[in-house]
Amino acid sequence: MAKTTGFDIKRQYGFTTIAMICFVSLYLPVILLVVYSFNAGSSVAIWEGFSLQWYRSAWANDQVQEATIRSLIIAFWAALISTSVAVLAALATTRVRRFRGYSAVFAAINQPLMVPEIVTAVALLIFFAGIKVQTGYTGLGYLVVAHSAFCIPFAYLPIRARLQGMDLTLEQAAADLYASSFQVFRRITLPQLWPGILAGAMLAFVISLDDVVITEFVKSAGQDTLPTYMLGQLRRVVTPEVNAISTVLLALSVTMVIAFFFVTRIRK
Amino acid sequence: MIEISGVSKAYGAGKARVMALNDVSVSIAQNEFFTLLGPSGCGKTTLLRVIAGFVDPTEGTVTMDDDNLLALPPHRRPVNTVFQNYALFPHLTVRQNIAFGLEMLGKPKAEITETVEEMMVLVQMDGMADRQTSQISGGQQQRVALARALAPKPKVLLLDEPLSALDFKLRKSMQIELKRLQTETGITFIFVTHDQEEALTMSDRIAVMHAGSIRQIGPPREIYDQPAERFVADFIGDTNFLPVKIITAQGSEAQVELGSGKRIAARVNKEHSDGDATTLAVRPEHARVVPEADGLMTGRLCNLVYFGTDTHYHVDLDDGIRFVVRVQNNTDMARSAAQGDRIGVTFPAGIGQVLRD
Repeated sequence: MAKTTGFDIKRQYGFTTIAMICFVSLYLPVILLVVYSFNAGSSVAIWEGFSLQWYRSAWANDQVQEATIRSLIIAFWAALISTSVAVLAALATTRVRRFRGYSAVFAAINQPLMVPEIVTAVALLIFFAGIKVQTGYTGLGYLVVAHSAFCIPFAYLPIRARLQGMDLTLEQAAADLYASSFQVFRRITLPQLWPGILAGAMLAFVISLDDVVITEFVKSAGQDTLPTYMLGQLRRVVTPEVNAISTVLLALSVTMVIAFFFVTRIRK
Repeated sequence: MIEISGVSKAYGAGKARVMALNDVSVSIAQNEFFTLLGPSGCGKTTLLRVIAGFVDPTEGTVTMDDDNLLALPPHRRPVNTVFQNYALFPHLTVRQNIAFGLEMLGKPKAEITETVEEMMVLVQMDGMADRQTSQISGGQQQRVALARALAPKPKVLLLDEPLSALDFKLRKSMQIELKRLQTETGITFIFVTHDQEEALTMSDRIAVMHAGSIRQIGPPREIYDQPAERFVADFIGDTNFLPVKIITAQGSEAQVELGSGKRIAARVNKEHSDGDATTLAVRPEHARVVPEADGLMTGRLCNLVYFGTDTHYHVDLDDGIRFVVRVQNNTDMARSAAQGDRIGVTFPAGIGQVLRD
């Protein structure tokens, strides 16, 4: 619908300039990063011609391989666990009569979005250190638990949105047709909830894959994930290999985000 | 068969307390087409949802064949609902939608297949079983919703304004269809609507609801011809309201005096004392336009409205009341009077209805 009268931000003086500055400052660094990942030389600032050598060297780097596999394992479990918890949380906050403390529960679920990550990181470090001393366990479990925890709100929000957008009379109609509560959930709610669950899981996966701060604090020796490995590399010498890894990560995230967008738009 | 007694439903508390249902009692018979008729917000849908189990009444009891319905959750009640928006399951095909209730009841596969086919034929949807519900028209969705609710062979079918989303012609044909289905299946239908014509066409009995309570229950003809009170007379069809004085009242007969001073026999439901001032309801099609000298009442013809099959005469009576006469367009009278003419209005003795105050 075209508005003929009223406020139109596009007509405001300087709108285009500000918009351009925003876009350039957001995307120019990313574009440069991608471009220099194909640099033939070893500088991230001087262009010396096109080459795929940094991709080859990243691929051949044992540490990169290990970190990548570790990242994917953690992200997979974190996505699975946080999405399962998020489904239950979303059902409990949309399919019940409003109860006392509803807002408190909602805030508690979304706590990781609001508490500074560094605080959570320190808290987890101290907490897990205690457990390590008691049990002697030093495996990936700590990272999986930590990632699952902060991924919950990201998985929760799209699932809750999907549940809220659903036509409640469908569930009533199923109950009217002799379906017990569990049958209603399995036969009617769940099939329609899938796009939300998928979207939540993908979002959680990407968020986990990307995490630096909490991982850096929680990981034991030799448990680098891809982001923390890259951070470690930057402290020594910067080569376009980091650019190459970043570009691959970027491609993965963009793919996931696009898929997320389409999945959340599925109507049925 | 269904006994509803003393059912009330209150929302909110204190000053904000709203009575959606106020002491509703009605008993509905086996194999009856029973309609709950009223304007939006009158409580008709709430009553339907009480029977279906989606609303718990604040007070009262609902029994079916002497079983306490209120003790059962919705999925244990032998009633099915046709929802206003149909509520077809979007991720299932037409066949799967119709089969849903039977599957939940744990019927054997062969029986389900057979019943679904039977239902598809019954609602004239055979051949469309494997369509998605988004691929069929509104009228067809309506039929699928009906078939889905009828397939488990419930004792009672609840219909919540199922025709309101259809266009005029389709609605007309579905009205006849619904009545046929009810007769063929022998299932009790409880039908909710705000459309008085729909109610009059299909129902065995109608309950007219207003502000959470039932104002009158009876067969369509009785509701139309002998409305008990002003709300019912006004809501169903068009009505002229005349202030009258009761001269004598005996049983269901009364002599009333009109504003013009003339007297006429009328029907009365309730005891009225002689001399009471009350209101007489006269349907526009029961009245006639006559020369001034022959009129029971007289006035000036202020408007003629042409409706195709009939013409409405708007007459300003001498006592200031606007009176409408509906005349079928096959009599000579339809042309004999012109706007501004002085004319008379009359109606037969015994046809007017004295309303409850």
